[in-house]
Amino acid sequence: MSETFIVRVKRQQRPDEAVRWEEFELRHRPHMNVIQCLRDIAERPVTRDGRETTPVSYEANCLEEVCGACAMIINGQPRQACSALVDSLAQPIRLEPLTKFPLVRDLQVDRTKMFNDLKRTKCWIPIDGTYDLGEGPRMAPSLQEVGYPLARCITCGNCLEVCPKVNSHTQFVGAAIINQVRLFNLHPTGAMHASERLDALMDPGGIQDCDNAQNCVKVCPKGIPLTESLAAMNGQVVWHAIKSWFAGR
Amino acid sequence: MATIRVAESGVPVELFSIVPVKRSHSVCAQGGINAAKNLKGEGDSTWIHFDDTVYGGDFLANQPIVKGMCEAAPAIIDLLDRMGVMFNRTPEGLLDFRRFGGTLYHRTAFAGATTGQQLLYALDEQVRRFESEDKVKKYENWSFLSAVLDEGGIGRGICAMNLKTMEIGTFPADAVIFCTGGIGAIFYYSTNSVVCTGSAQSALLQQGAHYANGEFIQVHPTAIPGEDKCRLMSESARGEGGRVWVPKQPGDKRRGKDIPEGERFYFLEEWYPKYGNLVPRDVATRAIHKIVFEMKMGLAGDQPAVYLDVSHIPADVLDRKLEGILEIYEKFVGVDPRKEPMKVFPAMHYTMGGLWVDNEHQATNLAGIYAAGECEYQYHGANRLGANSLLSCIYGGMVAGPAAVRYARDLENGYESVSSRVYEDERVRQQDKNDALLNQQGGAENPMTIWRELGQLMTAHVTVTRVNSDLKKTLGQLDTLQDRYKRISLADRTQWSNQTLNFVRELGNMLVLAKVITLGALERNESRGAHWKPEFPNRDDQNWLKTTKASYKCGTIKLEHEQVDISLIPPRERKYTAKA
Repeated sequence: MSETFIVRVKRQQRPDEAVRWEEFELRHRPHMNVIQCLRDIAERPVTRDGRETTPVSYEANCLEEVCGACAMIINGQPRQACSALVDSLAQPIRLEPLTKFPLVRDLQVDRTKMFNDLKRTKCWIPIDGTYDLGEGPRMAPSLQEVGYPLARCITCGNCLEVCPKVNSHTQFVGAAIINQVRLFNLHPTGAMHASERLDALMDPGGIQDCDNAQNCVKVCPKGIPLTESLAAMNGQVVWHAIKSWFAGR
Repeated sequence: MATIRVAESGVPVELFSIVPVKRSHSVCAQGGINAAKNLKGEGDSTWIHFDDTVYGGDFLANQPIVKGMCEAAPAIIDLLDRMGVMFNRTPEGLLDFRRFGGTLYHRTAFAGATTGQQLLYALDEQVRRFESEDKVKKYENWSFLSAVLDEGGIGRGICAMNLKTMEIGTFPADAVIFCTGGIGAIFYYSTNSVVCTGSAQSALLQQGAHYANGEFIQVHPTAIPGEDKCRLMSESARGEGGRVWVPKQPGDKRRGKDIPEGERFYFLEEWYPKYGNLVPRDVATRAIHKIVFEMKMGLAGDQPAVYLDVSHIPADVLDRKLEGILEIYEKFVGVDPRKEPMKVFPAMHYTMGGLWVDNEHQATNLAGIYAAGECEYQYHGANRLGANSLLSCIYGGMVAGPAAVRYARDLENGYESVSSRVYEDERVRQQDKNDALLNQQGGAENPMTIWRELGQLMTAHVTVTRVNSDLKKTLGQLDTLQDRYKRISLADRTQWSNQTLNFVRELGNMLVLAKVITLGALERNESRGAHWKPEFPNRDDQNWLKTTKASYKCGTIKLEHEQVDISLIPPRERKYTAKA
């Protein structure tokens, strides 16, 4: 390992401004991750050819891959910058913003769409109130062991980034959201309202847009069984449609 | 939780957050949340939880409100369970509980080792539901700059900056609740998230709010040291049977897993037979420092470290109960902790101190301004017990929400009666600050450099061991950093998503709070909980069973002291060395 290494960053000052690439030469230290690279650039915002520039804009918070903020494209792959260790990356390291979300600046994008889709699909348990109503429903450990991994989704958007059906022509909600619907539909109280969520998944942009490319599951940093969730929800939606048809809705 | 309680009472809420709410620092809370539900037939009770908390906090907390929290805890767990949190279960389908530090009971409910994430998500989902009913309006990616105070000093709303457009706006309100979390960034090397700067608390202090017990900083015994962040290895690892040890032979070069049982020194188990690896955090942290720095028995290698070992626990148990943290170790260190002991070292983790609030309503001394969660001071005394923070932030929100609603309803004249001049003046004042920073010329100081130096200074002198001469020097060096701060030259002067500008504003506030912490530590000549002064090794109830209360005027910090309410449990010696 040489003492310095190169990081190339795709820069864009504003959504309506031109894209440019900048190259930085950084000092290598053990256990360095991409966040540390971006901090080094902020401390000395000078490109490799000696031009002064601005610090790179990016989102980050927990730095331990549990908040979802720092997703970006690193050497062509969508992943979290905090867990991308310099020593495990081919160099020069290339950093680009996610492309399926509106760009804010540099590596920073606006993922509001995902939070809005969680609203659209009613991803919550409709409790009666926060006053003391006693214990929650009992739950078999086996059900918890299915539910908990689904609940670890950090809304990073990597699964949307690699999905061919998430693009400017569709409203497809993507695997993350469909996985959340599965989570709430399997909860004993959530199941009471499953049909409302399934209705939402039958709307434009719903599960019918999935064409089973199966890219999503490969980039999930939390190893969530997204394709299982897609299959499970497909089944639920089909049954729901048949039942609705018989009920004359 | 504050938002939910206010929205539930039919009062509209505007929710401001510096990051999307779902990405807040609570996601990093790992091990669990305490409630004495006594589901393990151990005879646990809310009183014992209360006693453990007060004793663990070395008697510095006002007791009645702590009792209230412990009594409310079982119902809080039930509520979270009803909200759909995927807590681990027993074979009978009931909530499972594990042990945590500073207690002998299985009192901690947990969802794998990402409990904070799961609780935050459940609350965020409830807020999203209120949002869909137009009862809550979210402002995400806004940074708090200041409170709007009217001529009478009454809080009438806030002034905040949109982090995308950099536009500064004022938002009128009858009451404001601060849930702005921790201050880890002041120490740079901490387990906290990037946004935990304490900037909001510091801004309020500078506007007249009191800040209490700032000197009490929790250093967590087990974290993975890192340059960008120290990643926490939850106390739950020890709660599930993890053991802390070093080789008996200092400098032993063998890999941890190759060192036979008989050649390992399980120092916590030896020194604290009754609590073993589950002594409170301040005690464990000091023990590790003693092993590494005094006894020179730390692990061989460049960085000070000891072993945290879970490799003797069956892999299926680890995966069911601790996967979240083991995954972090594996990803960031590249070693599988199911097979090899982990290398850990203490790191700054939590502030027991925070905004001063009254003992009933979570109200600060500024009318109309409330605080809940890590940003306020009142539940943990001189040292917080593990798994009490998720509890205190939820309980605090449950108290603050209704209290703020009551206050707003009883207000004779609401914010509508306040002159628009008050808001405009505050907006202009904050805009001027931005403009001054953007136009600051001639200096060559970089904010990242000042930040790192601040962190190094605070970590070296104001964490585990405090020495008065060092603290005095630290105060002088903080003055120097403040001077250098004035010579910062912004590398980014644009008006679109200018992260440098926002950070520099936060850094200015961090420097002020750093002084409050250091000054509090300097004045308190005793050792209590997380505050350890070798020159004054004993707790001194005669002189120091007191809350430190800081106020700020014209650039000067003044400390006062307030009696602690010890009406329920008389102080006794805090000692974890008893026999098993």
